[in-house]
Amino acid sequence: MFKIIDKSIISADEMVLNMGPQHPSTHGVLRLKIITDGEIVSKVEPIIGYLHRCFEKHCESLSYEQIVPFTDRCDYLASMHMSHSYSMAVEKLLDLELPERVEYIRVIVAELQRIASHLIAVGVFGLDVGAITPFTWTLRDRERILDLFEMLCGARLLYNYVWPGGVSHDLPPKFIEETHKFLDYFLPQIDEYNQILSTNKIFIERSADVGVLPLEVGINYGVTGPTLRGSGSTFDLRKDEPYSVYNKFDFDVPVGEGLMGTVGDCWDRYYVKVLEMKESAKIIRQALDSIPKGDVHEVLPKKIRPPKGEVYSRYESARGDVGFYIRSAGKNMPDRLKMRSPAYCNLSVLNEISAGWMMSDVIAVLGSLDIVLGEIDR
Amino acid sequence: MSHEDYYVKDDFTLVEKFDKDNVVVAKLEDLINWGRAGSPWFFQFGLACCAIEMMAAAGPRHDLERFGMMPRATPRQADVMIVAGTVTLKMASRVKRLFEQMADPKYVISMGSCSNSGGPYWQYGYHVLKGVDIVVPVDVYIPGCPPRPEALIQGILELQKKIKLDTPLRKKS
Amino acid sequence: MSIKIIDILDKKFKDSINFSENQNSLFIDDPSKWDKISKFLHQNKDLKFDYLMCLSGYDLTDNKLGVAYNLYSTSLKHYLEVRIEVESEIEIPSVANLWRTANWHEREAYDLLGIKFTDHPELKRILLPEDWEGHPLKKDYETPDFYNGMPVPKDKSYWE
Repeated sequence: MFKIIDKSIISADEMVLNMGPQHPSTHGVLRLKIITDGEIVSKVEPIIGYLHRCFEKHCESLSYEQIVPFTDRCDYLASMHMSHSYSMAVEKLLDLELPERVEYIRVIVAELQRIASHLIAVGVFGLDVGAITPFTWTLRDRERILDLFEMLCGARLLYNYVWPGGVSHDLPPKFIEETHKFLDYFLPQIDEYNQILSTNKIFIERSADVGVLPLEVGINYGVTGPTLRGSGSTFDLRKDEPYSVYNKFDFDVPVGEGLMGTVGDCWDRYYVKVLEMKESAKIIRQALDSIPKGDVHEVLPKKIRPPKGEVYSRYESARGDVGFYIRSAGKNMPDRLKMRSPAYCNLSVLNEISAGWMMSDVIAVLGSLDIVLGEIDR
Repeated sequence: MSHEDYYVKDDFTLVEKFDKDNVVVAKLEDLINWGRAGSPWFFQFGLACCAIEMMAAAGPRHDLERFGMMPRATPRQADVMIVAGTVTLKMASRVKRLFEQMADPKYVISMGSCSNSGGPYWQYGYHVLKGVDIVVPVDVYIPGCPPRPEALIQGILELQKKIKLDTPLRKKS
Repeated sequence: MSIKIIDILDKKFKDSINFSENQNSLFIDDPSKWDKISKFLHQNKDLKFDYLMCLSGYDLTDNKLGVAYNLYSTSLKHYLEVRIEVESEIEIPSVANLWRTANWHEREAYDLLGIKFTDHPELKRILLPEDWEGHPLKKDYETPDFYNGMPVPKDKSYWE
């Protein structure tokens, strides 16, 4: 195993390598400026901004209802989470109380989205370190979740489904039955993924003991979500400060324990995601069995005009802690909307944990951090 | 080019002739175009949300390899560049440079509203390029936000029809 | 924000701070004191704010800019919001040495709004290109017509 090299030994024979914005293994348009000495990396500087789509400027000229499709496009792999957290922030400003059926539907849809997002994260991490078959398997299973979403609201990737005050459509007649069928099919698949990828000797060699993130460094850099839980912390907003109806469900929070190497390495961050998919399936089953009846459009406001004030609301998405800071001046458009994206803070820790390792380990660390550039650049 | 010229009628003309005789006479251009249209290797230039639909189109359910398309990571080995996602002003010079690095004959497919004409960010986006055809010449536009994988497959079939009408041996007037 | 936090802060920094009407935010009147106050918030054993959740800049018109810090303590589980509002040219001390997540957040506030931070390790643009002119999120910003030869606004000639 390789140790972190003392940086003062690295001599003047350094080379600056550019992993450009277009690269098959960076997850989107990310540019990495890597300063290497031979094969060992001494500094990694991520350069972002190649997908800056002026989301916050748009929000200052659009009404609150019109912003929902734009929040979808920020984190396009978990768009239900983005619109859910935005709707929660606006409902906090308006002080709205939602009917129970709406909360249950939102939880079911959010947990299905969490499974879909983790499937891509797991598959793409395998693809980065060289395993192509698990990627095709996870894509195949994700298509079945997208079929469920298409039955619900008509779209496969960007839904515009969770609105402030409710949801756009009620559950269609066969949805509950089809979701039960999907969960019956899906749970044995997780054992297959463990067989082919998690316990694979080559995969363990490439990801165990690599890129260890100590817990205090993680909190200082603002890392949240499965990335921090892989280092041993138990922070999960759904358990610590339950929002919506999460306090009615019984589930565990998987934590990295260093089963294959040190606590906080890439394998731990990956395995936390696999276990989280099982927990999400548990939550969905409990929610489907106890969903109450009601009208989902009961408190949907016709015009959203919140009183003057500020709000900061937190939410646990597939990548970590999403925050919306909204300042309202009493009009029907926000005065300032800032989205705190979890992948932005997760990416800033890349230099700290990959300096001193080899070039291909940088790719493994980047894959395990699970970033989405649409959310980082907004 | 009139409407009738655009729709190439028999795609199997060359193959059918082999059933009857052992010697077939055909235009060399048809043979070259048929070979080129049958295996357009694409340069995966996924930028944003449309890239996920491109990945899903290359996945197990909507299989792109049955059309002969293989994803290549480098522009030097690719024939088609699929620009999927929003092109920003910071990225536009890289798009142009990668297009120039591709070898002739090369084609560009613009996938999604953002690369067609700016997409939902057309009104207040100060950093969004309103359409990738400002920097590279585009052959096929695929609408949608994001377009379904079936829409991408239809766009590729349209591109194949366009390749079959090409004239590689004659100089264009 | 609980009464206990208000008491502790009032006792120590009585003249440089005041609270908003609904007792939810802390306003710092003198930006140069923010250095000491942030160290106190980070290290005091009754406060222990070790997690900076979000740092947002905002533009109040007539040449005033503001920064809002949202803090949380992972061990004692309480929240705090701190706001600093300054004139356009005044600089705010950087907290990038205390909470290292502030490094990138302050660069973004400088990039989009023009707020400068003293003692920041590397204050340069992060989201926009290096040669961009202006700070877009200000209310009086006008989109440029061309950037490096590419037209920026949408060409509306075929429908207007």
